[in-house]
Amino acid sequence: MRITRRAFLGAAGLSALTLAGKSALDGLARAAEAPAAPGAAPPGVRWGMVIDTAACFKEQGCTDCIAACHRVHNVPAFADRAHEVKWIWREPFERVFPEQVSPYTAPGLIERPVLVLCNHCDNPPCVRVCPTQATWKRADGIVMMDWHRCIGCRYCVAACPYGSRSFNWLDPRPRIAEIRPDFPTRTKGVVEKCTFCEERLAQGLQPACVEACREKALTFGNLNDPSAPVRELLRARYTIRRRPELGTGPEVHYLV
Amino acid sequence: MFMFEKAVVGSRRYWAWLGALGVVILVGVLFYLRQLEVGLGVTGLSRDVTWGLYIAQFTFLVGVAASAVMVVLPYYLHDYKAFGKITILGEFLAISAVAMCMLFIFVDMGQPMRVLNVLLYPTPRSMMFWDMLSLSGYLGLNVAITLVTLSAERKGVAPPAWIRPVILLSIPWAISIHTVTAFLYNGLPGRSFWLTALLAPRFLASAFACGPALLILLTMAMRRLTGFDPGRAATQKLGLIVTYAMIVNVFFILLELFTVFYSQIPEDMAHFRFLFVGLDGHAPLVPWMWTSLLLAAAALILLIPPRFRQDERLLIAASVMVFTSLWIDKGLGLIVGGFVPSPLGAVTRYVPTLPEMAITLSIWAVGLLMVTVFYKIALSVKADEEGLA
Repeated sequence: MRITRRAFLGAAGLSALTLAGKSALDGLARAAEAPAAPGAAPPGVRWGMVIDTAACFKEQGCTDCIAACHRVHNVPAFADRAHEVKWIWREPFERVFPEQVSPYTAPGLIERPVLVLCNHCDNPPCVRVCPTQATWKRADGIVMMDWHRCIGCRYCVAACPYGSRSFNWLDPRPRIAEIRPDFPTRTKGVVEKCTFCEERLAQGLQPACVEACREKALTFGNLNDPSAPVRELLRARYTIRRRPELGTGPEVHYLV
Repeated sequence: MFMFEKAVVGSRRYWAWLGALGVVILVGVLFYLRQLEVGLGVTGLSRDVTWGLYIAQFTFLVGVAASAVMVVLPYYLHDYKAFGKITILGEFLAISAVAMCMLFIFVDMGQPMRVLNVLLYPTPRSMMFWDMLSLSGYLGLNVAITLVTLSAERKGVAPPAWIRPVILLSIPWAISIHTVTAFLYNGLPGRSFWLTALLAPRFLASAFACGPALLILLTMAMRRLTGFDPGRAATQKLGLIVTYAMIVNVFFILLELFTVFYSQIPEDMAHFRFLFVGLDGHAPLVPWMWTSLLLAAAALILLIPPRFRQDERLLIAASVMVFTSLWIDKGLGLIVGGFVPSPLGAVTRYVPTLPEMAITLSIWAVGLLMVTVFYKIALSVKADEEGLA
């Protein structure tokens, strides 16, 4: 097909209009959201993660990222599964991606441990249902929690289609091995989850789980930057997301 | 205060009943203090089954509250005179049920002292915000209506004209409270058990069956205990309402079962399997759910042939069956069934604990206490009126 000057200019004009319209709409959407917390990323940043499940599995039984996350965030360790609090953990592949498994899938893949955490959705149902705006989406895409505003109704837990949220059924403080004074502990009766280490991002650091991984299986970065490593991976490799058909727009992507 | 002088005079039996309820309430308060101290970990709830008995009772009782419309509508809109004596009882039942709903929400909060954050940061995109508005509005409407109509009755005058639009407003409002309650659940993308537009109609149908069934039982108990007679016409009409609503409710359940099991979508079937046959070896609710189904079927057998329904003893038996069947369906299965299996396919056991049951019973006792006191006031006013006539 030949591109005439006229068609090119027309297409360029249309694209510019679309972009302008989109940014105006985004601006509106942002204005409708709660104000960004101090330390939020500069405008135009959209944080996201790519998890290489094969690289992650190389080191069998490795839990470095989980331990690092739970240590720096004062996540309590409850032995009772009912009262568990977890920000990042492992689940068998077939539980995370049941729609990807057939009767002929290799058993190694079916049982492969896959890291799961908050997907920091583009359209998070947890934010939609929260009656006090104690959970909200920042301009950089991070779904945040205000542990002082949360009333503990657990509507967000019911709304999350990924099981990413934990509730403090009991006082978490006695169950924290070593309390880190540089990060808040929580009280009983509030919900918590992964925050993409927003406190570390504000200092220019990578999330604790990303830093802890010896296999470099976790890649974190700005999805809006076409040259960012996350984007390179998403371009070069075929990735999947958890339940994209629900329209939540999860921003944790998986390499299988 | 509002005719409360009528509530503080009564027989020894009346006081013994109130005292017994008081004891149940007190036990619940003590357990609640423990829950407040230790956290919601004293309940059987867990990371996977995060709502249970409390929220299920809330849902069930919103239905009981909404069902007042089944006496209000015929009486005020269609001038159905036979409901003259029981309409106020339906409204008082609604007030008590809404109060119980609010208590059940309150005891389910992880941080109850922060509950007013819902007002401090009003969030219209959350269905809980609308539920709060519709429930408190409905409470306000019914308090105003009962207050005005009963005072007028005591004075032997017609109620003021301005109350009529308020009463008419309470009719769609009653529908709204149960619709919004269904919206709490059926707008969640990952919970396929609730993700059905049929949820609100199902809620309303079951509400309009079990609320009037409860009203039949309450008025029959009062006739036995106080000599108050609701009138055969009223009782029979209530029985007819229960019959129609229960038929519609069972029809809706069958529609749901057809859609889920004919389409064979595994995720949708899993929740029903857990409830009716068990999943991964977990079948805690199976006997309950089958009891609910069998009671529903038996109730329909007693309700549909007029010959059976017109026999008062059979009508009472059918009312007990309808109430029990729907309490199991909504007060146990509906909430737990939505959480099992979890988004990650986990089948988690949920059994309410002793503190949880004691707190639940205690809130039911508060409701019964309110019904008792309100009905005492209403009947005393009616008795005075008849004494004067």
